[in-house]
Amino acid sequence: MATKKHVCLKVNGSDHDAEIEPRLLLVHFIREVLTLTGTHVGCDTTNCGACTVLLDGRAVKSCTVFAVQADGCEIRTIEGVANNGKLHPLQEGFKEEHGLQCGFCTPGMIMSACALLEKNPHPSEQDIRWGISGNMCRCTGYQNIVKAVQYAANKMA
Amino acid sequence: MIPQSFEYFRPRSVSEAIALLQEHGDGAKILSGGQSLIPMMKIRLARPEFIIDINRLPDLHYIKEEGGFLKIGGLTREADLETSSLIRSKYFIILDTAASIADPQVRNMATVGGNLAHGDPANDHPATMLALEAEIVAVGQHGERIIPIKDFFLSIFTTALEHSEILTEIRIPIPPSGSGGSYFKLERKVGDFATVGVAAQVTVDGAGVCRRAGIGLTNVGATPIKATRAEGFLVGKTMDKQQIDRAAQLAAEEAQPSSDLRGPAEYKVSMVRELTKRALLRACERAVR
Repeated sequence: MATKKHVCLKVNGSDHDAEIEPRLLLVHFIREVLTLTGTHVGCDTTNCGACTVLLDGRAVKSCTVFAVQADGCEIRTIEGVANNGKLHPLQEGFKEEHGLQCGFCTPGMIMSACALLEKNPHPSEQDIRWGISGNMCRCTGYQNIVKAVQYAANKMA
Repeated sequence: MIPQSFEYFRPRSVSEAIALLQEHGDGAKILSGGQSLIPMMKIRLARPEFIIDINRLPDLHYIKEEGGFLKIGGLTREADLETSSLIRSKYFIILDTAASIADPQVRNMATVGGNLAHGDPANDHPATMLALEAEIVAVGQHGERIIPIKDFFLSIFTTALEHSEILTEIRIPIPPSGSGGSYFKLERKVGDFATVGVAAQVTVDGAGVCRRAGIGLTNVGATPIKATRAEGFLVGKTMDKQQIDRAAQLAAEEAQPSSDLRGPAEYKVSMVRELTKRALLRACERAVR
């Protein structure tokens, strides 16, 4: 058994201290230690993007980061996107534009789109497709996801 | 998938990291961006007992021109290459390469140093660095040494780095005026390794004659390949379609691909020929701009 490490992460604005095994992946820390199960484990092989969260503002695949690496960092998950119970424009966009069917990829899609819009508030369709190119959706064919992100960009403009 | 258990260290200086590597020997592994290592640990192809996380080492994140070189710090993220004004205005071959690696989330973590030090012939920077004739700066217990990129890749997943050395910088000689480069990657989907990749860098004089050519090949052998016969052929030639076609044929003959799920070897050889043509043509266009 490896020596446990003390970590402190700020997740969706709240500080969380924990003693964890170094091999604990960030996605398991989020889902199992913090019980924030909106972040999904899809492929578990760095392909699908369902586990995407923001690490100090950058979109990362949380199945491919050790939680101990994020010690002292800020994490944002899908649970931290709505504001006081009011849907984020991206969440609203996915609802209005039918940007999901089964919904499994949606939390990761929204986190990637969040990172995109923070860097580029007026993305072209190509910018959006580029921004979500690390996220797979097996239902929609992506058309309505692109529309959902456009909806949010227009609303936030 | 859960990696094997390991002890975790987060050194605060390069010398501390080197001391940890020496102390823990073969069981120790450096964690940089982790986008190759962590997947390998999850499927237990890699089972390090000691992880030395170098991500918090200071002063290894930079992209700058200095002393005749473009210098890239070992911990520079791929995403930082994509957004660097210096890279975007002047080093299109590196921009092409960075943008073709994996996907946005992976590029936010993955480092240039890691992409090279991993020694994977399927990675994209090696071919580009071969085309640019880069140098690797490695720091070990006895200080710093410079490794020319052509001597860096020894076999699959094996580089010239000693166990207790850390890749701290990549140095690229600043190309003279009349230079241009490009990287072309054939991939089945975003995030896949290259079926074939070709990097080309040329310097052309006012009369359209090639003064220098660098060509690197991705994922068509046990190591990244420098297509030296094609490079040598081009020097002194006018960069027209006929000569580019001949150089592309030579590059294809230098590839040593294996048949696998990305295609049969003959197909990959043909794709090296085609991508070499495209990469050289674009490099020439950029050289005369």
